[in-house]
Amino acid sequence: MELEVIGQESEGGCSSSGCGSTDDQLSHLPQDIVDKVQNHPCYSEEAHHYFARMHVAVAPACNIQCHYCNRKYDCSNESRPGVVSELLTPEQAVMKVRAVAANIPQMTVLGIAGPGDPLANPERTFSTFRMLSEQTPDIKLCVSTNGLALPESVEELSKHNIDHVTITINTVDPEIGAQIYPWIYWNNRRIRGVKGAKILIEQQQRGLEMLTERGILVKVNSVMIPGVNDDHLKEVSRIVKQKGAFLHNVMPLIAEAEHGTFYGVMGQRSPEPEELQNLQDACSGDMNMMRHCRQCRADAVGLLGEDRGEEFTMDKIEEMEIDYEAAMQKRAVIHQGIIEELNEKHQKRTQIAGMSVPSNEPIIPADTRPVLMAVATAGGGIVNQHFGHATEFLVYEASPNGVRFISHRKVDQYCIGNDTCGEKESALDGSIRALKGCEAVLCSKIGFEPWGMLEDAGIVPNGEHAMEPIEEAVMAVYEEMITTGKIDEHPVAMKAQA
Amino acid sequence: MAVEIVDLCVSCWACVDVCPSEAIAKGGKHMQVNAKKCTECEGDFADPQCASICPIENCIVDAGGLAFNPPGSLTGIPPELLAEAMNEIQAR
Repeated sequence: MELEVIGQESEGGCSSSGCGSTDDQLSHLPQDIVDKVQNHPCYSEEAHHYFARMHVAVAPACNIQCHYCNRKYDCSNESRPGVVSELLTPEQAVMKVRAVAANIPQMTVLGIAGPGDPLANPERTFSTFRMLSEQTPDIKLCVSTNGLALPESVEELSKHNIDHVTITINTVDPEIGAQIYPWIYWNNRRIRGVKGAKILIEQQQRGLEMLTERGILVKVNSVMIPGVNDDHLKEVSRIVKQKGAFLHNVMPLIAEAEHGTFYGVMGQRSPEPEELQNLQDACSGDMNMMRHCRQCRADAVGLLGEDRGEEFTMDKIEEMEIDYEAAMQKRAVIHQGIIEELNEKHQKRTQIAGMSVPSNEPIIPADTRPVLMAVATAGGGIVNQHFGHATEFLVYEASPNGVRFISHRKVDQYCIGNDTCGEKESALDGSIRALKGCEAVLCSKIGFEPWGMLEDAGIVPNGEHAMEPIEEAVMAVYEEMITTGKIDEHPVAMKAQA
Repeated sequence: MAVEIVDLCVSCWACVDVCPSEAIAKGGKHMQVNAKKCTECEGDFADPQCASICPIENCIVDAGGLAFNPPGSLTGIPPELLAEAMNEIQAR
């Protein structure tokens, strides 16, 4: 239902928030795919400030073991895949979707992402999808899978009109796979090591091919594991793109010892933000990269980064009275309004991008080195958050080519740090560590103490651009750095030395 | 002859789906095996299916109390090589 509205809106040119020169995320996609994903919060950095999604935890069983997963862990302060507070039956899941969609009118997408593998729980997963396609026809359906059972599920997936599938593909090399997947369950046997990894890889690749042949959109998720698959992911990116995946999402490994995962317990390190960014850049040559993934819980609800799951526990839902028809009409109006707002913003950006540089402003020399800056924002594309209130920072790169979004960095990483989660460094220390590599941080306000600590760490705090659009503010700070001589005049030579 | 699921179980339900005898159900805090129905998959499969998919070491034991998946068997690292493996992984 909603797709038709979007189709009308998109006539007459680019309607994506991400196809401007300042955002490379969706810019290489064909228009039909852009139309399909523009109201999908997980696929567009801009849309995720406006549209909401939810996951229903109906799929607890898994058919493989990954070294970064621990299916036992459940902490309400945690935000990472595989973590849930409440398992649902398909009937409960449908009740929850109806309740959430009626109360959060920005909701557009329902995903099943575990906590195990949705396709290792085919009855629960497909029965949920079947009921939802009948009862919540305006909600898009998505599924995430490790791919082992994918080829046998493709037919069923296409029946339910699911047009987005995410496959986690960490490798195409069984030797590397054996370091990530200790075993798989296949043909009623547990198969270990290289042999198991080889079967998994073959199934993933076959599943990917079968989905793209049927015109089902496929995003590929990869977990970057330093020393294991980091270099190899460039090859993975090349291959999955060649086979028709429309987006590649390289995510950092989460491996804290207290999570109880194999990698966490064994002391495997997670990648540094710069390592992740470098890999994402290396993969982006001919590939659309996704950079704003929040690695959500398998029962997440609401806007990305603002989990509202606590409002929708089963006991609360059972007491809610839902007029779904009325809610659906309200949603259609709100969604149309959001699309119009996004289109307007996009048009403005295009106009700005098309304007010539005023003659009294210096043109940035092409060899000026790029600079990373962090931005505290509560959404809307504006520098509008107090430094101390930010739970995450958006990182942008300013260069002679303009400003582009690079990533988000959480500052209270995955946990607020209570008695059950072990000792944590102070939030401020954590923030400064998370901003490593950034040379400035833009926010609406900042206190005296963090100001000094940031300066000591070589990061210049800047509160002068409060309430300004992020890209313009970042460019203004970049230009100021150039005019005040803070940027080295011979960056190429500096890089060569480094 | 029946297997037993001990309280290490994390209730992931994987064993319930693969049991050919429908002998496993959620009972109390975790999964439990109905000893009258359980055949240890004899005649159906080479290995008990619950033990073949269970992700938790020491969680499923045979009639003699022996674990189908002893320590190290699911991570792929034998306990005697654990320290060596930890050093190698931490050096990455």
